[in-house]
Amino acid sequence: MKEDDPTVLKAEYSPSDGWRLTKIESSPEELTRVDEAEEKFTQQELPACKPILTPGLVITTLISIGIIFVPIGLGSLSASEHVVEIVDRYDDACIPSNGDDEAAKRERLSFIQNAKTNKTCIRNLVVPKKMKHPIHVYYQLDNFYQNHRRYVKSRSDRQYRSPGSEGDTKTCAPESEVDDHRPIVPCGLIAWSLFNDTYGISTKDNPILINKKDIAWPSDKNSKFGSNVYPKNFQKQDPVGGGKLNESLPLSEQEDLLVWMRTAALPNFRKLYGRIETDLEADEKITVVIQNNYNTYSFDSKKQLVLSTTTWIGGKNDFLGKAYISVGGTCLFLAIAFILTYVIKPRPLGDPAYLSWNLNSATR
Amino acid sequence: MSQQRPLVIPSQRTPGKEELPYTPVLLKSISENSKTFSRMHSNSNSQFENENSPLPDFIRNTSSQRSTSSIQSIYSKASSGHSPLPEFIRSTSSQRSTSSIQSIHSKASSGHSVREVSFELGSKPSVRHGSMGADSERFGSSYKEINDQDARLVYPNDPEKTNEKFEFARNSIRTGKYSILTFLPRNLFEQFHRVAYIYFLAIAILNQVPQLAVFGREASILPLAFVLLVTAVKDAYEDYRRHRSDNIENNRLGWVLVNDQFQQKKWKDIRVGEIIKVSANETLPCDMVLLSTSDTTGVAYIQTTNLDGESNLKTRYAKQETQMKNPEKEKITGLIKCEKPNRNIYGFQANMEIDGKRVSLGPSNIILRGCELRNTNWALGIAVYAGRETKAMLNNSGAPSKRSRLETKMNREIIYLSIFLVVLCTIISVCHGVWLRRHKEDLIMIPISLYISMELVRVGQAYFMIRDNRMFDEATNSRFQCRALNINEDLGQIKYVFSDKTGTLTENKMEFQCASIGGVDYSGGKAVAEDEQTGYSTRVDGQVFKPKMRVKVDPELLSLSKQKHTDEGRHVRDFFVALATCNTIVPLTVETSDPDLKLIDYQGESPDEQALVYAAAAYGYMLIERTSGHIVIDIQGERQRFNVLGLHEFDSDRKRMSVILGCSDDTFKVFVKGADTTMFNVIDRSLNSNIVKATEDHLHSYSSNGLRTLVVGKRDLSASEFEQWQSSYEKASTAVMGRAALLRKVAYNIENSLSILGASAIEDKLQQGVPEAIESLRNAGIKVWVLTGDKQETAISIGYSSKLLTSKMTQIVVNNNSKESCKKGLEDALVMCKKLTNDSDTTRGNSGARTTEIALVIDGTSLVHILDTELEEKLFEVASKCTVVLCCRVAPLQKAGIVALMKKRANEMTLAIGDGANDVSMIQMADVGIGISGQEGRQAVMASDFAMGQFRFLVPLLLVHGHWNYQRMSYMILYNFYRNALLVLVLFWYALFTGFTLTTAITDWSSVLYSVIYTSLPTIVVGILDKDLSRTTLLRYPQLYGTGQRQESYNGKLFWVMIMDTLWQSVAAFFAPLLAYWESDIDGSSIGDLWIIAVVILVNLHLAMDIIRWYWITHAAVWGSIVATFICVMVIDALPFLPGYWAFFHVADTKLFWACLLGITIAALVPRFVVKIFIQYFRPDDIQISREAEKVENSRESRDAEIEMNPIFDPPRR
Repeated sequence: MKEDDPTVLKAEYSPSDGWRLTKIESSPEELTRVDEAEEKFTQQELPACKPILTPGLVITTLISIGIIFVPIGLGSLSASEHVVEIVDRYDDACIPSNGDDEAAKRERLSFIQNAKTNKTCIRNLVVPKKMKHPIHVYYQLDNFYQNHRRYVKSRSDRQYRSPGSEGDTKTCAPESEVDDHRPIVPCGLIAWSLFNDTYGISTKDNPILINKKDIAWPSDKNSKFGSNVYPKNFQKQDPVGGGKLNESLPLSEQEDLLVWMRTAALPNFRKLYGRIETDLEADEKITVVIQNNYNTYSFDSKKQLVLSTTTWIGGKNDFLGKAYISVGGTCLFLAIAFILTYVIKPRPLGDPAYLSWNLNSATR
Repeated sequence: MSQQRPLVIPSQRTPGKEELPYTPVLLKSISENSKTFSRMHSNSNSQFENENSPLPDFIRNTSSQRSTSSIQSIYSKASSGHSPLPEFIRSTSSQRSTSSIQSIHSKASSGHSVREVSFELGSKPSVRHGSMGADSERFGSSYKEINDQDARLVYPNDPEKTNEKFEFARNSIRTGKYSILTFLPRNLFEQFHRVAYIYFLAIAILNQVPQLAVFGREASILPLAFVLLVTAVKDAYEDYRRHRSDNIENNRLGWVLVNDQFQQKKWKDIRVGEIIKVSANETLPCDMVLLSTSDTTGVAYIQTTNLDGESNLKTRYAKQETQMKNPEKEKITGLIKCEKPNRNIYGFQANMEIDGKRVSLGPSNIILRGCELRNTNWALGIAVYAGRETKAMLNNSGAPSKRSRLETKMNREIIYLSIFLVVLCTIISVCHGVWLRRHKEDLIMIPISLYISMELVRVGQAYFMIRDNRMFDEATNSRFQCRALNINEDLGQIKYVFSDKTGTLTENKMEFQCASIGGVDYSGGKAVAEDEQTGYSTRVDGQVFKPKMRVKVDPELLSLSKQKHTDEGRHVRDFFVALATCNTIVPLTVETSDPDLKLIDYQGESPDEQALVYAAAAYGYMLIERTSGHIVIDIQGERQRFNVLGLHEFDSDRKRMSVILGCSDDTFKVFVKGADTTMFNVIDRSLNSNIVKATEDHLHSYSSNGLRTLVVGKRDLSASEFEQWQSSYEKASTAVMGRAALLRKVAYNIENSLSILGASAIEDKLQQGVPEAIESLRNAGIKVWVLTGDKQETAISIGYSSKLLTSKMTQIVVNNNSKESCKKGLEDALVMCKKLTNDSDTTRGNSGARTTEIALVIDGTSLVHILDTELEEKLFEVASKCTVVLCCRVAPLQKAGIVALMKKRANEMTLAIGDGANDVSMIQMADVGIGISGQEGRQAVMASDFAMGQFRFLVPLLLVHGHWNYQRMSYMILYNFYRNALLVLVLFWYALFTGFTLTTAITDWSSVLYSVIYTSLPTIVVGILDKDLSRTTLLRYPQLYGTGQRQESYNGKLFWVMIMDTLWQSVAAFFAPLLAYWESDIDGSSIGDLWIIAVVILVNLHLAMDIIRWYWITHAAVWGSIVATFICVMVIDALPFLPGYWAFFHVADTKLFWACLLGITIAALVPRFVVKIFIQYFRPDDIQISREAEKVENSRESRDAEIEMNPIFDPPRR
């Protein structure tokens, strides 16, 4: 064959003659001029780093994980220890009838649903340790599925943001509009179920100010909720779900709503109620006056008031610290185990004698 | 009438235009013949029992009509061999005598064309007669009456009448799979073979029910529709191309007799029964019975390359009855009764009634669609099979759609995953109290994106295979071709390679290499430069004749051959005369542009003989002319004429042929040429014991070099010996029954006490690098089978030269021609195998390597009885114990049958490689079909999945690319399951905390982008680029290929380990944040962002841990994906109309977030890391060791560079 003829052949098919080769004109220079990089690429010979797990690398990795993780774990554990938390469950205590029978349940519901009943409830708490400001005041709901699929979807972010999208309530069912088809602002189940218990805290006779400013995310206030969107037709129609809104304030100013609208990820959640900007001394007795308005009695839920300080890892939670320590500890242990096995049963790396066919013939 | 002397028929023709086969013709009493054959007619089944009593009950057939027809039938039989009908016979008074002469002809030529042994694959079994072999079988079946129900009746030149009752298929062909109407349903049906598609469809349908709709109705159907559409468009385009080529084919023009003159007609309009005229070098439009040809004797030469891959010319014959007619002037009336269409290209049975006579037609009277007419100016034929009923089309089984084994396995895993998902969904549904609620998570876990990335990866892999310079064939300037994209990874799991021989292993070029003459080895001659060597030529009447091919000559031998009077000179002279005469080669004279120069082209069915004749010509013994009666040889410029008095054909028992020549000096000589095994039995050792011994030594060294050897001997016959031989020869060749056996006996009598002349050695030139390639493949644990249409001896000698067979192997030969003997043969073989393996088991204790390797040699005739019967099982048992299997004389469909057998029974991956049209069915049958784009037709390439230039490329293709592809694809599939399952599991765990309502904390956008942006690129890059081992290592240790064969990279165990790992990682990723944020004021969007980022980091680091080679591209893809994820999450959270607005920025501001992220990453990956290092350290697999070795030897890079020049890529030493 013509070996020195660098023509490119093109195969063409015709059923009569099968494949036929035709020449495509191309200059030899074109073919000989090979870009070296491209050559390396097409021949799969690109320079590469091929790390392998040598014992040294493995041990270093494991030990360094241990060295990093254990201190972090200890740090977060101690941070969690420093958090002072007061948790008070008040849903049972702040209702007149307790009991498991049907009658008691009905009574509880009629109490909570009746707008006229006096729902004030007083709780006395003791500060266990000194709490430095800022002290966060949370309400905690348990077994409250704010992450229920239909619940989370029942909102209209467009409507909340601009007055022009007032009618944009398609996604808000079943709380999209009142009977005469005027849209509810803010629409949707989330807003409808706004938490409306209130807390007033005092020590002895001095009331403690709960600062409810800036409890919502600044981003929500600035962009997500419109400063010119005012509540309309809200809670005007049975069933009334939760709190009412001041119709003269734009949504962006209604920080409780904004906090509530940030739906919780988990069924047991806390939400920020406000902040106490003064320190509380240890063993100090505080009195909380609760307006127990919110109906959690129709489903099996708990309401708690939480006063808590924060550190860099957030609230009181030992999990992270323990997890870090155990991971770090395990890695250290594994490192030691691996060092031992390497000493006891060393295997030279890349010894062809260990290839299976070499092993087979050796044993036979 | 009763001439007692053999009569040599002189030729009226000049050699060159057409040639006469040398056929000695004897005349004998006609009456005897007709009687015997009449009996045959009446009693065809018992004919062999009393074959020695040639005078049977002739009384039964007293009617003269009957006896005439029987004679005709014999005549027709006879002409299926070579039947030149010289004029002088025609001029004899009676028609009867003509036919009897013909019957005698048949004797001489029958058995010569062994190719006509019919292989009954798929057609009804014809009569088979025990051990009588081809000869008797042909007699038996040719005269078999064809039942009217089984027959197709064709009225020549009367297509209306022919097609009246049954509409026979028209000549239009359709190779396309679909028509416009059937495209949609059929294509969809094929596509839905992917289990996952059905699953997606179910999900999509469920989503159309409004109550269950989880997300947009359109959105659920879109991805599936997209994938279906892309595939459909691809299929449609391929089919369109097929339709287009069909169309071209159908609209070609042929000359058809209409209203007594030939008119052009489109191929598709040709109907059965029409008379068609074909000119030289034209392709035949349909299967037709030859009526007449431009040759006076009715010979037509055809080339069947398209049909069976053989490039030499075959002869076909028109019947004398029709040869003389000119259909334009004289209407041909008659009736052809032929068998129903079948796919046996070597068989044909029919009768023709013409002018009130009945003539029987055989395989040599039919020319098939797709063949080309050569060396014949024109030929007329009657179309008997057209269009899809032609043998060529029936042998075209249509391309089955192939699916890679990995994908098949993957389908199984997908079913597991579906069940798993249904279980998950059911748990949720039960808990939630709503059945049938499914979710889009399903769509993610069984990812349609996996199919898309698989396709992309395959395209990438194909790109690298195509661009690989090591698979670039410089000789033909052709690159590797990937014609099928979906089976790349199968290349890494091949267990059996089925290879064609001619054109694949060998170049199909026989070259005379050396000779041992009179005990002297002449194997020099390499040094002679071609330029100086103008080759031998001779000058006659001012015209120069030259052999067409040049042969390198040994100068010493050349000078010897010119000496006339020395002993050696005489010896050499005899040797070359033997080479030039003792063969069946026909010289053709080819004109060249120089009117004074003519080339002599030697045509014949045996390439060995061609090579020998060319060699003789080069030494000055040029065969000029051959007729049935004489041979003219130009000896050193002097023309000598030899009368051919008799010729004993080659047969597989004697393994030799002989020719009896009458020389000009009235002496008689017999020249014999044959295989050394049988030749030494008939050589008189007492004559020249030294020479015999020396020759034996030479033969041994030749054959150990893989050369094909033949031994040549001669004997001078005395007048009495000659007479004796002549009378018995005459008797035998006119015998009616058992002619072959009688002739064999005569041959045995004359072929003895020979004096040895010498031995010749021919090289069947192997393709470059074939032995090395075979050795590599064998080391890789791949069994190489050779399936060839060649003779057994040829196949075995190629086996030796290609190192397929070694002298250490035990050969088991199975060639039988009845079912019982096959059964017995196989059983014996099995016993033998067991014995040998047991022996080697016991001896293995200390010797180490496998001591006994077994090679099975089996021929096509045996396979006829084995394939598709219960004997298959036995063949499989034997074959699976053998290291090497050679199948010789196999028909194309048998090749496919063998592949199918191994594919079905062994359940291993098979690869078929071939270059000719005869390999097409095998290529399509095998899991992977490879076409060699060599000189022969392109059919093999067309049918193949991959095409390449040379056999040796198989090594880099399988060992390197196949290994890589398999590793990459297996890893990619597992990894894709993992990465999708991880996300789904995280979503699933979350569902447990949302009142089972399947809220997603992760935004829909992120869920969609997860498989599109966050994690897709690295897996594709790794799937295309990552290499577990370098090319050097893979070629150095072919055994590494075993990982693919043992399915070490993708199997059930790995799948479940991966699932466990995924479970743990999902638990870590989900529950760590959950517990860390338990009873906190975290909102859904923020924790969702944490989860998705954690999952993406996990998925990418998981991949990073498994990446073996870090290229800059890999770095960019992996780390880029993580960065891209952060950017995307930020962008999504900066969209104020989404509920999660600003969540990321809010949560990323806390240290807890980052602490969680770090904790998750490490905690999730530590188990995997630890398991990985412990496995790598304590249970390292071969790949791991080799990887380490690569690393360790990195310092010795320079040495590696040398090894890179693996011997495989060096031209083999010649």
